[in-house]
Amino acid sequence: MASFTAHSTKAQASLASSQQAKLVSARPQRSTVRCNASLPVSLDSRQLNQAVNRCIRVSRHVATRSSRGQRCAVVAMAGAKYDYDLVIIGCGVGGHGAALHAVEQGMKVAVIEGHDIGGTCVNRGCVPSKALLAASGRIRDMKNEMHMKSMGIQVGSVSFDRAGVAAHATQLASAIQGNLKRSLEALGVDILIGQAKFVDNHTIKYGLPGRVDVGGQVTAKDVIIATGSVPFVPPGIPIDGKTVFTSDHALKLEWLPNWVAIIGSGYIGLEFSDVYTALGCEVTFIEAMDKIMPGFDTEIARMAERLLIKGRPIDYHTGVIATKVTPGVPGVKPVEIELTDFKTKKVVDTLEVDACMVATGRAPYTNGLNLGSIGVETDRRGFVPVSEKMEVLGSDGKVVPNVYCIGDANGKYMLAHAASAQGISAVENMLGRPNVLNHLSIPAACFTHPEVSFVGVTQEKAEEMAKEQGFPLGVAKTSFKANSKALAEKEGEGMAKMLYRKDTGEILGVHIIGLHAADLIHEASNAIATKQTVQDIKFAVHAHPTLSEVLDELIKSAHVTPPSSSSNSSAAKAGAKQPVAA
Amino acid sequence: MASSMLLNKSAGVSLGAARQGRSLRQAKPTSTTTAAVKDVFMPALSSTMTEGKIVSWLKQPGDKVSKGEPIVVVESDKADMDVEAFAEGILGSIVVNEGERANVGAAIAFIAETEADLDEAKKKAGSNGAAAAAAPAPAPAAPAPAAAAPPPPPPAAAPAPAAPAPAAPAPPAPAAAPRADGRIVATPYAKQLAKDLRVDLATVAGSGPNGRITASDVERTAKGGAAPAAAPAPAAAAPAAAASAAAPAPPAPAKAAAGTTVSELRGTTKPFTTLQAAVARNMNESLKVPEFRVSMSIETDKFDALYKRLKPHGVTMTALLAKAVGAALASHPVMFASCTPDGNGITYNERINVALAVAMPDGGLITPVLKDADKVDIYQLSRNWADLVKRARGKQLQPDEYNSGTFTISNLGMFGVDTFDAILPPGTAAIMAVGGSKPTVVATADGLIGVRKVMQINITADHRIVYGADAAEFLQTLKAVIESPDQLLL
Repeated sequence: MASFTAHSTKAQASLASSQQAKLVSARPQRSTVRCNASLPVSLDSRQLNQAVNRCIRVSRHVATRSSRGQRCAVVAMAGAKYDYDLVIIGCGVGGHGAALHAVEQGMKVAVIEGHDIGGTCVNRGCVPSKALLAASGRIRDMKNEMHMKSMGIQVGSVSFDRAGVAAHATQLASAIQGNLKRSLEALGVDILIGQAKFVDNHTIKYGLPGRVDVGGQVTAKDVIIATGSVPFVPPGIPIDGKTVFTSDHALKLEWLPNWVAIIGSGYIGLEFSDVYTALGCEVTFIEAMDKIMPGFDTEIARMAERLLIKGRPIDYHTGVIATKVTPGVPGVKPVEIELTDFKTKKVVDTLEVDACMVATGRAPYTNGLNLGSIGVETDRRGFVPVSEKMEVLGSDGKVVPNVYCIGDANGKYMLAHAASAQGISAVENMLGRPNVLNHLSIPAACFTHPEVSFVGVTQEKAEEMAKEQGFPLGVAKTSFKANSKALAEKEGEGMAKMLYRKDTGEILGVHIIGLHAADLIHEASNAIATKQTVQDIKFAVHAHPTLSEVLDELIKSAHVTPPSSSSNSSAAKAGAKQPVAA
Repeated sequence: MASSMLLNKSAGVSLGAARQGRSLRQAKPTSTTTAAVKDVFMPALSSTMTEGKIVSWLKQPGDKVSKGEPIVVVESDKADMDVEAFAEGILGSIVVNEGERANVGAAIAFIAETEADLDEAKKKAGSNGAAAAAAPAPAPAAPAPAAAAPPPPPPAAAPAPAAPAPAAPAPPAPAAAPRADGRIVATPYAKQLAKDLRVDLATVAGSGPNGRITASDVERTAKGGAAPAAAPAPAAAAPAAAASAAAPAPPAPAKAAAGTTVSELRGTTKPFTTLQAAVARNMNESLKVPEFRVSMSIETDKFDALYKRLKPHGVTMTALLAKAVGAALASHPVMFASCTPDGNGITYNERINVALAVAMPDGGLITPVLKDADKVDIYQLSRNWADLVKRARGKQLQPDEYNSGTFTISNLGMFGVDTFDAILPPGTAAIMAVGGSKPTVVATADGLIGVRKVMQINITADHRIVYGADAAEFLQTLKAVIESPDQLLL
């Protein structure tokens, strides 16, 4: 990286010291990094030319913008007035996505990270859990003798090494963390270490407790809060990290309890039940709602129950909450869990299990930001209130200038990719290009075996909408049983369902459960995001034989009947919408 | 492990009434619909659907149902569909449980109009239930007592043998729960297993921490404790099933748990269920056939050695035995013939189809047929057998796959039985009862004393068409095949 530094200094020196130059300094680095292997020396003339060209392009870009409005003046001023154009508090997937986009847009960016680069997703969430699911999924597969035999495969005894599976997850997390860090460094994003605190809406203080060598104060024109979340633990549940733990500890897979109670049957709980049962543990779900998997479309949840719960060593208690949990000692004393009826508040049962995992959702990590200094109060649960443009709202309900909040910290849609999309949207808004993210186009997935995925609204919600707005609702369904590729894999269990407006063809929601459902949802989410209708995507071609034909069949089985021109007003309204949608 | 060598691993049941399935299938579920209790039928979800599998019941017995409300999810060849109730009332009882199949049109549940009719609905389920659920499979027949009577020999013997269904109320807990507070703590899988194996958790002693009941506790109970529980149901048919099996019907001394059940039954009389009645009818029918028995001892050392050699290639003992019988039958056409129904002639069958008894997990008995056992090679035969057993347990066999046998084998070797005799299934010439293979002191051909593994084969045959010499000659051939088994590989 010696050449890297040398070059950027040189590039900076060789160019005007204006803000534009600073902006550009990040860009040529990219090309240098790419060439580093073959050219350990600094810039050759070609590269310099490239760099200069880019610089010119950027200045032009800025100039064009300035001619459109006064945004550029602010950006230019930033050089003089602030250390950075944008400071992002928190470097999880949301902060990372925002930083990438901001750099792309020519901004000078710093991120402040108080814990691990990559945040929850990379270190304690989606990423390591996928490693566990991948390993345990294969174990489940190979242990399923019948399934293997049906394809003519004979498997001897299947065994696994818990520590090896756990190490796979840790290694994956650190590899992804490294990738993330390097990608930021390569773009010239400064990574500041410490916990951040607002001084005012342009000034952030950061530092680590007990460390005087780390920390400082930076100023920025815009600030994004992307501090994410931590596992939510309901009161009365003492976490000992051993027999009573959250997903943070569970991901380390330090031991395999014979019997685990999982409080909460959302996607975190479901994924862990998939891992645990594949590795030979038994699972009991404790769900406060009346039905298991409460966030899912009812029909999908029913099928999920059949595929993911029945037939596995899993049982569940619904309509109860764990009011008291007494940690145990592994192999010596079981964990005791007192169950209380959610409605009557009467203690109904006591469970004795080997371990208890708390997967009751996640709580925003917004403490210590000193939000009071910018006139902001979090809501009761700790979420930072934001407008639909991700602008932070003050206690008076008005937008706090130049401060944005994305990801789990605002609680709008607590998914890594949603945070990233919100980050991009926030950057767009701070650049004066109003952008509102359509959350209904954000897909969600649960990586069980088989996977579950969805985008948009559930059937229940769609029916409600249809009733309220008076449009005819179409429901199309297909089964994986009819898909050649799924049958070739002997994985014919599963279904896909699409909810759409019969009059306009607008897609309201798509739900899939089945093999690789998480990868299949994007055709639907992209269609919704780009406002394509059923008619639009009906002619799209899918390779045969692939699982994507499940969606092909789904879309083709939908029937849109546009209202005739002489129809009533609501239909006319719907008709008027069509050009927009098309 | 002598006795385990000749195990028919998955089967092992005396065969007595294996073929009674026929008569049972004729005894269709009586669907007389009284006004107060309505049947819920397995619907035809597509034009090609002949049977459906219950995916899940959305309502449980006792739940109110209204017309048009989805009550059950049925899986057809293409998709899962919600089936709506067409009557208003209370779901009285479920006949076909989740995961089970039923033919289109068969009653799968009963809906009572009012609470007063609930008992009626339950009663209907009781009488119809067994038949409806069993419809795709032939009747679980008589033999359970024979199967269940002696506790299976220790480990290698049988994987969850038979697990006969206790139709009787589960025995109460006799000192099973060591927990001080008297609670039953069972793991999720233990609970599932208990439901599947119909074991009352109250009777299971938990070996886990704090007396927790684990899956293996349930399995152990099902194996050891199932005998007493199973006794009441099939006992009625026992005497007819197999003479030797008649004796042990009340599993005499042994276990403490056994004592409880037996004492509970003492001095009571229970009417036959539909199933038991059908079995009894068929047993009486069999008295019209003049049966006789011929037995022979056969050495199995070479046979066992061959099995050991072939086992890694997926060859099962059952298939090997069937193959040996098939090879022997080839030169004795009368042994797989049948007497014409009018008793005036012999029908010589074209194919050597060997039927073997398999105990079903729910207590029934089915006789999957290995067709052309003389011609099909041993490897293919083994694969066919594995497939048949798997589908038999899933109740997916086609009628042709369990009623086309022309010769039957019944194997009780795994229970340590030396010798027994079986009742001839109507419509066939002979049935072969296989005992366990045991090391036995013998005088060898060269005049020395040696130890050989010997098993007892006992043939029951229809004397109208098979004479003593026919049976003896067949046994001679079979002995030759089993004692020099390498020809089976050809």
